[in-house]
Amino acid sequence: MNNYVKFGILILAILGTLGWLAVGGISETKTYYKTVAEIGQLSEQAKEKRLRVGGDIAPNSIQRNGADVMFTLAQDSLRLKVVYSGIDPLPDTFRDGAQALADGRLGSDGVFHATKIQAKCASKYQAKPVINGNATPGVRTS
Amino acid sequence: MENLGTLAILLAFCFAIYAVLGSIAGKLGRRPFLVLSAERAVYCVWGLLTVAASLLVYSLMTGDFRLAYVAEHSNKSMDLAYKFASWWGGQEGSLLLWAWLLATYSAILVFQNRRKFREMMPYVTAVLMATETFFLILISFVEQPFKVLMAGKGIVDAGDGQGLNPLLQYWTMVIHPPMLYLGYVGFTVPFAFAIGSLITKQAGDSWIHTTRRWTLVTWMFQTTGILLGAGWAYAVLGWGGYWGWDPVENASLLPWITATAFLHSVMMQEKKGMMKVWNIVLVSSTFFLCIFGTFLTRSGVVQSVHAFAQSSLGRYFVVFLAVGIASTLYLILNRLDYLKSEAQLESVLSRESSFLFNNLILLASCFAVLWGTLFPVISEAVSGEKISVDGPFFNRVNIPIGLGLLLLTGVGPLIAWRKSSVESLKRSFFWPTIGGVAVAGVLLVTGVRHFYALMSFALCAFVTISIVLEFFKGANVIRAKSGQNVVAAMVELTHRNTRRYGGYLVHMGVVLMFIGFTGKAFDISRTLEVAKGQKVNLGSYQLQIGDVESGRNDNYSWEVLNVAVSKNGQDLGNMRPERRMYFVSRQPTSEVTIRRRALDDLYLNFAGAANDGDGTVIQAYVFPLVSWIWVGYWVVLIGTLICLVPNKVRLMYPRTEVVAMAKKHAKVQN
Repeated sequence: MNNYVKFGILILAILGTLGWLAVGGISETKTYYKTVAEIGQLSEQAKEKRLRVGGDIAPNSIQRNGADVMFTLAQDSLRLKVVYSGIDPLPDTFRDGAQALADGRLGSDGVFHATKIQAKCASKYQAKPVINGNATPGVRTS
Repeated sequence: MENLGTLAILLAFCFAIYAVLGSIAGKLGRRPFLVLSAERAVYCVWGLLTVAASLLVYSLMTGDFRLAYVAEHSNKSMDLAYKFASWWGGQEGSLLLWAWLLATYSAILVFQNRRKFREMMPYVTAVLMATETFFLILISFVEQPFKVLMAGKGIVDAGDGQGLNPLLQYWTMVIHPPMLYLGYVGFTVPFAFAIGSLITKQAGDSWIHTTRRWTLVTWMFQTTGILLGAGWAYAVLGWGGYWGWDPVENASLLPWITATAFLHSVMMQEKKGMMKVWNIVLVSSTFFLCIFGTFLTRSGVVQSVHAFAQSSLGRYFVVFLAVGIASTLYLILNRLDYLKSEAQLESVLSRESSFLFNNLILLASCFAVLWGTLFPVISEAVSGEKISVDGPFFNRVNIPIGLGLLLLTGVGPLIAWRKSSVESLKRSFFWPTIGGVAVAGVLLVTGVRHFYALMSFALCAFVTISIVLEFFKGANVIRAKSGQNVVAAMVELTHRNTRRYGGYLVHMGVVLMFIGFTGKAFDISRTLEVAKGQKVNLGSYQLQIGDVESGRNDNYSWEVLNVAVSKNGQDLGNMRPERRMYFVSRQPTSEVTIRRRALDDLYLNFAGAANDGDGTVIQAYVFPLVSWIWVGYWVVLIGTLICLVPNKVRLMYPRTEVVAMAKKHAKVQN
């Protein structure tokens, strides 16, 4: 057999396998980004999908209950109750007022069942410096 | 102070532009003095940026909180080392670090080659300085590191700063970013040489040699950076993982993959004059992936846990990438004639073909990771819906790829160049195959049913045996001649061909890392709500929950949970996972405790008090074999360093080398 044909077959076989794995992997793990508002308007069919919701954690809403953690995601005036029962510990940035992304499915009771939480502390990287109230411009008061 | 810093950056910007124009004009107009002045301008850029960087670091160290950057990224109570590390704690400082490192590399390169590559160097300088100019545009006009708080409203002094994010206050975080940057930035140099060789139509091997060493050093930094990041995630973030396929992690992995592919395929060019176009493509992709990585990290295009502030940097990067990629493509297509391969692939069973497949698989992995990372962006553009793919996708594609690479690691070095006979293959692979099968058999009997884990351990045994046999075979030949003992013979052997045997050592390190990765298949993890005095079984460990202590210091308040650990009735002492609350940033952090052992790590995270009742929540994990990853890294590092040591033969017999070189040249000229 011609060398080029041999190489061609091998290369196609490798790429084919990987392509097949990739396509399968995508359809198995793909997650739809939704906002809290969009969650409310989902059709029954769409509720079957894996979803990722983003919003702010409503102040004082975090409740620990055994291994489960319950909290409320807020976006403007909308609220979404979330129950987290994943294996990974919650990130340290997960706290009142932080932005959080919850991955999971919407239950028929309207509660979002999350299996993964990512949190980003809103003030972490865009910190607003605390300006010393007594400081006169141009004078160091430390 | 801030005026001086800004001025230094602006001047550096002017000098960088001068260096680009001067070196090209000098080359085209045949004015060596202009070229020389452009090279001097490179030193000036370095000097000026050093001044700017020192000023920023000085302000951070002394706590000059009038500067926005200082106020946002440091505070008074931080350790000096972390104050220094705040240099790269934020956007502006990181970009300054990028620019300064590139200037440093450029200055070293220009100095090293002040008498070499006279044809090519002006273009190399121009490419380096063009990249430098781009980054200097960013820090002079878009993200200025020396911005004063409340600019335009009088200078306001914030009494104390915000502090570096407490999660980053950990020793590996002090060196992780600079290491990654040393890697990212360093890949500019091989790219500049590749472009230089394209423009001057020198497909020759002279630049390849220089480039290979640079790439190896840069690759080493990049590897170190990635592993430090992994080590940090494992020890600090508290979820027990070391890799999460986060976009920013992927961004650091992508150029590493293409660079690894280049380090392999470059051997084809050196030894056989093949794959010249391919190598240029690899070097260029590595460079553009580095820029792309910086773009991902800096622009907030993709959702990431690392995401920095949304900024307008994105479009500058897009323009730079578009112009860069387009011109590189044009150059490659234009110079195709000079890049003809000098040999053909002769057989599927040959060293050449193993390199080919190594490259194919690496590139497939690179593509899959890139695709997965950009999937939300792509899907939004195509269907209007933002869809992301997750860890499982990356694992699904990359685990088979990793195993394929592992197989090639064992197979490749044993196959002959050009064509291998089936007979010789049988001879070389007999023992490694037996070893692999035996390991898989033993594991099967002991009850391991995880398919990938079995494959991985079998392949690890296969590769290990083939590498060890190579060392013994070589050492035996030397021993027979010189009568040295085995160890001395092995050292001698390695010294004679450092690249080959250093490379084997790198492969060995990779095998150790794979053993560590495979341990992931046997993780035990539990989240528990526990009360004082309660006993918990976890794998072979028993945990007994003790008291919670608490206290405070200047920087944070803390709570510590005492857990008494025992294994099969034997007392192993106390473990004390901790939770802290930092005052300045009002950020809680969990300080996990890890009991690291060769076979498994016991990993405890104190998640906090439960809201109902008086219990506490802990996460307890057993991670088998994780330590092998870190040990593997050290082996990779040592192997890479050995590769960089010149061969003994060249040192001892310079004349033979010259004769050989002369012969080679004579041949080429014929």
